[in-house]
Parts: sequence; structure tokens; C-alpha cells
Amino acid sequence: MPRAESTDILVVGAGPAGIAAATTAAESGAKVILIDDNPSPGGQIWRGRARPRSLAYRWIERLLFTSVRRLFATTILATPQPGTLLAQFTSRAVELSYQKIILATGARERFLPFPGWTSPRVFGAGGLQALVKSGMPIANKSVLVAGAGPLLLAVAAALRKYGARIPLIAEQTPRARLTAFVRHLVFHDPAKLAQGVALRSRLLGVPYRADTWPTRAEDRDSTLHVTLRTPAGPIEIPCDFLACGYFLVPNLELAALLGCRLNADGVTVDDEQRTSLPNVFAVGESTGIGGLEKSIIEGQIAGLIAANRPDAARKLFRARHKSHHFATALRTAFALRDELKQLPSPDTLVCRCEDVPHAQLAAYATSRDAKLQTRCGMGPCQGRICGPACQFLYNWPADPSPRPPLYPTTLETLA
Amino acid sequence: MTSAVATDVVIVGAGIVGAACADVLTREGLSVTVVESRGIGHGATAAGMGHLVVMDDSEAQFALTRYSVDLWRELADEFPADVEFDPCGTLWVAADEEEMNAVRAKHDFYAKRNVATEILDPHQLALVEPNLRPGLAGGLRVPGDCVLYPPTAARALFDRARQRGAKVVHGEVVSLTGTSVHLKDGTRFSAPHTINAAGILSPRLTIEADVRPRKGHLIITDRYPKFVNHQIIELGYLKSAHSVSADSVAFNVQPRKTGQILIGSSRQYGSDDPTVEHPILRRMIRRAVAYMPDLARLSVVRAWTGFRPSTPDKLPLVGPAPSDPNLLLATGHEGLGITTSLGSARLIADHILNRPPRIPIDPYLPGRFAKEPAHA
Amino acid sequence: MPDLRVNGRLVNVPDGVSVAAAVLIAGVTTFRRSVTGQPRGPLCGMGICFECRATIDGVPHQRTCQLPAQSGMEIQTDAPR
Repeated sequence: MPRAESTDILVVGAGPAGIAAATTAAESGAKVILIDDNPSPGGQIWRGRARPRSLAYRWIERLLFTSVRRLFATTILATPQPGTLLAQFTSRAVELSYQKIILATGARERFLPFPGWTSPRVFGAGGLQALVKSGMPIANKSVLVAGAGPLLLAVAAALRKYGARIPLIAEQTPRARLTAFVRHLVFHDPAKLAQGVALRSRLLGVPYRADTWPTRAEDRDSTLHVTLRTPAGPIEIPCDFLACGYFLVPNLELAALLGCRLNADGVTVDDEQRTSLPNVFAVGESTGIGGLEKSIIEGQIAGLIAANRPDAARKLFRARHKSHHFATALRTAFALRDELKQLPSPDTLVCRCEDVPHAQLAAYATSRDAKLQTRCGMGPCQGRICGPACQFLYNWPADPSPRPPLYPTTLETLA
Repeated sequence: MTSAVATDVVIVGAGIVGAACADVLTREGLSVTVVESRGIGHGATAAGMGHLVVMDDSEAQFALTRYSVDLWRELADEFPADVEFDPCGTLWVAADEEEMNAVRAKHDFYAKRNVATEILDPHQLALVEPNLRPGLAGGLRVPGDCVLYPPTAARALFDRARQRGAKVVHGEVVSLTGTSVHLKDGTRFSAPHTINAAGILSPRLTIEADVRPRKGHLIITDRYPKFVNHQIIELGYLKSAHSVSADSVAFNVQPRKTGQILIGSSRQYGSDDPTVEHPILRRMIRRAVAYMPDLARLSVVRAWTGFRPSTPDKLPLVGPAPSDPNLLLATGHEGLGITTSLGSARLIADHILNRPPRIPIDPYLPGRFAKEPAHA
Repeated sequence: MPDLRVNGRLVNVPDGVSVAAAVLIAGVTTFRRSVTGQPRGPLCGMGICFECRATIDGVPHQRTCQLPAQSGMEIQTDAPR
């Protein structure tokens, strides 16, 4: 029998949004459980030891000062009945009952397939950063950083701190859109612009090219030879590793399993961060990719609403509105260009779990048909890696028919 | 208004039964149109286990399943690899002496009808399936049974039918008679015969199709090659399948060619909600682990549900609808749809072509449920 | 500083690193073979791609990027080509 715990407010995800939600709810007097499958709080963007006086450090310290019950290294598996989640800590099952739940499940990188992307020398951008932060040696290695989004700059700066050489940062976004984004920041968000400039200045000496993306990676003689498309024609750059990720997509599996209404950007929520289900809130990247501020503000609003402090929550609406402005600008700037649909060749694998090539998948009109006939999306990643790629490449309508368990687990944990 | 498209047979439903009918009828030279509202091999075909099994629970069930399994084995060499046809056989497992008596009775039943089976004692059982727990009473091995992956099998049958001219049309049927099919978008088909092979949706089109959903749960694991060698079923499965009203679970596992293990099974009445029910899942898992303890530590990738189209007497509806003899039902196959799709299709074809069928069609006729007026 | 074995070879790794990092520190880059036999290593670094799987202390399909390396661990990856 699983161990059981109950609480007023269950916050799923201990990234910035979840930390903000749990902290403000607990400070308002609610009984809160905060759950995350990583062993420490911070999610992806605040992963690792935070620098004192940084925003991450201050929020985490604030969290630790509250009475929030922290269940880390705990994975949510299923929704056995309304008001209850089944979770797993090491190999033990835990049943968590709640009155209200705040989904702060964050985002993951989007991967697009291209010839050679399955080589062990190719990583996600955030992926390589996470691996390096958890001990992968990178000193004196050359790492080509590519894909889409401001994350590329943060990754390159972090890798450099660990001793890597960055020959190039390749951003798929057209130069004109990047310029427009910077101009938006100048007028609407100078603080963010300052952050960007600071980041860029830590990368002095590292070329940053727009309209550029990898078209092929070949593992040859212990070196990765990466061919990139540039406006001036193809170039080939040898390196040790390629760190490549195409912006972010929200993690919506739990929201879908619960039955929340979803839209093209994420979970549909109202002014109070409420989803279509009573007592279910969603915040941060899960309501639409939008960056750190949006996550922290939405987390606070939901925490305050859930803890019955609507007046305090309302005070944050203006700031939220501003953060949404930035979120829209961000998503618009780094939207994927159509040429990326031409990246895979017919035998490029799209589903890595089941080794299904592009040519096989292109023949299907829906993800369900492709799944049944090719097994694409039926592997252990449960479509998290191939799903966003397939949606982009084949225009398959999103097929939110999630099935438990949300992550592979042992039979005895489900029993 | 456009005129109706004429064809020899219109089949409603592109699951395994519709696929089998399309394959057989086109082979006989008939022009066939299949109408499907979702996709090829969806519905129960997508959800189920793909176990091809000769059953002994009644003469009628035996006749249809034996006929069908023979047909599957004849076809096996013609299938592409993604059908994952595997002649791994079935192993019926007895937990105690009472179930061993049932094993012996089963063995006799099959032997009298020329189906090869082998009684295994506990020692032999452990040799062929080392992961079964010690202490079982023995089992019955049926080497002629097989497994396959139903969605690709359905597609493979449709590929053959399409090569012979069959058309598969995407659309929703709003009315069906023995000679006409009307779609939501206004398209009409006319044919001397139509076939309702719409599984649990068949009652929506034909009131006489007394088919109700019988919910089942399944689990699939990550890859553990050689963990299981046969489709293994506990003898208690038969009690589960026969219960008319109670929710039940039974131990039933299948090795897939990928090395993944399919774990079932459950039966529930009265639910049309596809949500996975954790109490049932738990019971099913515990039952499975009771027979194979090492299953407990295996990694589960996914759990899902499906709906078996079931009839009041466990036998499918194959043959003319009483009120409309040109309308042929081919539905209600409960948990044996994959197996008996081929036999059912042959019976349907024989009926259309007015030929004597290889096995009698009477036990499966839809009219068997109609009340006969008292004769003087 | 944990001592553990990667494919039978003893390796000493810094405190607090993940099993995936330990494998890479040991110089092993192929974590697993895909279903058609291709060499694969970690991709996402956050426990969702399942490419970093290895057998730890006899238990297969473990996501190495999510687990801390511990002294005495026996880590087995799929054989490289």
C-alpha cells in the first residue's frame, strides 16, 4: 500500500513558478506540499548552487524559511482519483491528497531531427548545461551551441565558465526578428535588455550568428563535424560536442491527464491562474513559454489566490500583464522558421525510442495513426522528445490523450 | 445531389474485422468500399492483445477459433515484419489440482478435435517459463497458437485488399441499410450488401446489434527480451471471461517481438469511460505478480484501456440482420476479435456468394436473439 | 570521492556527480544501443529522453542523469561498436 499524505495546497514543480507559489501560499498560512522530481529545488533555470544575493538564492532561502513540506526526488505518476496524485519516491509509492493543486510543471527543450542528431556527441543546449552542472567534464572541449532562443546565450556562458571553448553560437532566428526583439526590449523592458547585454558581454570573442543552424553532424575521427547553413552558404565546423535545442515547449502531460483545457500555448487559465477544472491552477511556462518573471509572478498570484488572499494577488496583475508582453515578444522572436522542416532526410530518425525514420512518419495524417503503425511515441519518453518535432514537421494536430504512468515506473509501484 | 456510388459491398469499420472482410471479398473478385470515421486499426483492434488462440469454452467458439487460427497460420509467411507474427504458443497455467483437472479436460477436448497440446508438470513448466513462481500445479501448452500486433495486421490486410481495388473512405456513417450507406458529408453508397463491422459503435447503426462495451485494461513494459516465452494465461481467465456481471481480473501476459511484455487482463461491465481505473490496475498487477514475482520490478511504459464489443452469449454476430437480410453484421467478437476476424470474414463471404461455409454459421447468426413466435 | 565501476573498470569521481557524469568521466560515451543498434548517449539532461539509460547494480533501464553516483556502484552500459 502506498504511503499517504494530505495537504491544503499541492504545488507540482519546484522551479521558479512553483517556488513562488508554494512560498506565498505558505506565508499566507496554508498547508503546502511542494513536489519535484529533481533532488533539489530550482527546476531547470535555477539548477545547481545559486550565487548568494541572486534572485534564485533569495527565493530559495525564502522557501526554506517557510513550513512548506518539500518532497523532492519525487515523481508524479498518475491521477487515481480527483484530489489525489500517485507519486514515487525512490521505489516507494506515495498517495498525495490535496484540496487545491498548482501545476508549475515548467518546460523542456524542443529537439528537431537532422542528419546525425542521434550521435552521442550531440546534446540538447539546456541538456548539455545540465549534464555539465552535474559533473560531466567539459574543460578544454569545444562546444558548438545552436538552435533557438536566449537559452543559447546562457548555455554558452555557463559552459565557458566550466572551461569549454565555444567556436560559434548559431541562432536560427532571422536577424531582422532578433533586431526587432532587441528594439522591443529597449522600449518596453530595459532591465531585460541590460541582462541580455551583460550575458553577451560575458561571451566576448564568441561569434553569434543569426539565420544559422546545423544541417548535419558527422562523427569522424573522434571529432564531430557540424555542417551549418548560413546566409552566405554552408560551412563546416569541427568540434567535440554540439549543444542544440530549439527553444522550449511546456510540460503539459499532468494537466492533460487531469483533464485541463489546453490551448496552442499551454494550459488555459483565467485571471486567477485557474484552469478549466475547479481547484486546479497552472502557472509559469505551463501556461505559455514566457521566461522567468512571468513564472515568478504567476506563481505568486496562484499561491495567493489558493491561500484566499485575492487582494494581494490582484496587486500583481499589472506586473503579470507586463510579463505577458515580454512572453509574447519572446515567442514571436524565436518562432521556428519553415526551412527547419526540411532538416531531416528520409532516413533521419525522428522517434529515437523506437528508431522510426522521417520517411515513414511523413506518410501519416495524424499522430495516432503514426503511433499505431510505427510505434512513434510509444517508447519510454512517451512522446516528449519526438512529439514537438512531429507537430512541427508534419502539422499533426496535438493529440492530448495521455495515459498513466506519466513516467515509466515499476509494476510494484503502481500496484 | 450527387448520385450514389455503386459497389459490390460496403463495409463500415476499418478494424481487424473490416480488414479481414475486405481482404477476403476482394480476393473473390468483388469491388469493396470501406468507410471509417477514425483510422485503420483503431478501436478495439488498437487496444487489444493480438493473441490468436483456439478456445474450448463451447463448440461454437472452438469451431470459429480453430478455423481462424488455421487461416492465420496459412497467411503468416505473407505478412510484412511489422505485423510481428510470432508462433509462440499459449501456456494455460494451473495453480492447484482442481485447475490441473481442468487442464486434463482441456487436453482431452483438444485431442479429440486434433488440436495438438501438451500437459506440463511443474518441472516442465519451470523449464519453459522460468519466471513463473514455483509451486504451480502445471499447465497446458498449445503450440499452434500465435500472437501478432493487430494495428499493423489490419493495415496489412487492407494493403492486400487495396491492391485488388478496395477503396477506404474516411467518413462518418449516419445511416446504414442492407443496400445503402449515407455519410455525414452527403456521400452515398449503394451496394447489394453492406457489412456492419463497427465494433462497439455497431449498435449506433444497426439496432439489432446487441453489442455492449466490456472495458479492459492493459499494461506494457520496457524491453526485457526472453522474460516470457509464451502467451501465458491462468485457467481462472475462463471464469473471468464468463462472468456476466462482476468486474474481474486474470493473469494474462504476452511476449512482444520487441521484447516488451504485455500484461493483462481485466473485464468490466457497464462502463464506457476510457479513464484508467487504478483499483482495477492494482488488482491486475497484483494478480500478475502473484504468478510471476519478478514482474514487480519491471518498468511500465504505459497503461491503457479498451472496449471489447460483447454480446449476451459471448459469441459474435456474424450474418444477416433479421430485419434487413442484405445487411450483414460482423461484430460483437468480445476478446476474440483478432483471432476470429478471418473466420468471420470467410463466413460472410460464403453467405454473400451463396456457398456452403466450412463451419456452420448458425451459432453466430444475429437472428438467434430474436424471439420465435410459438408454433402451433 | 566515490569509487565505482563502469563496465568493470574502477573509476574515482568527484562528490555529488550524477551517474551519467561518472560514465562520461570513465571515458565511456555509448550508454545504450537503440532498437536498431545505434550508439546513444544522454540528450536532454533532465530525465525525459531515456537515452542515458544503463544498468546499475544489475537493474536495467536506469536513467543515469537523474541518479547521484555512489561508492560501490556497478554500472554497465551497452557495448560500443
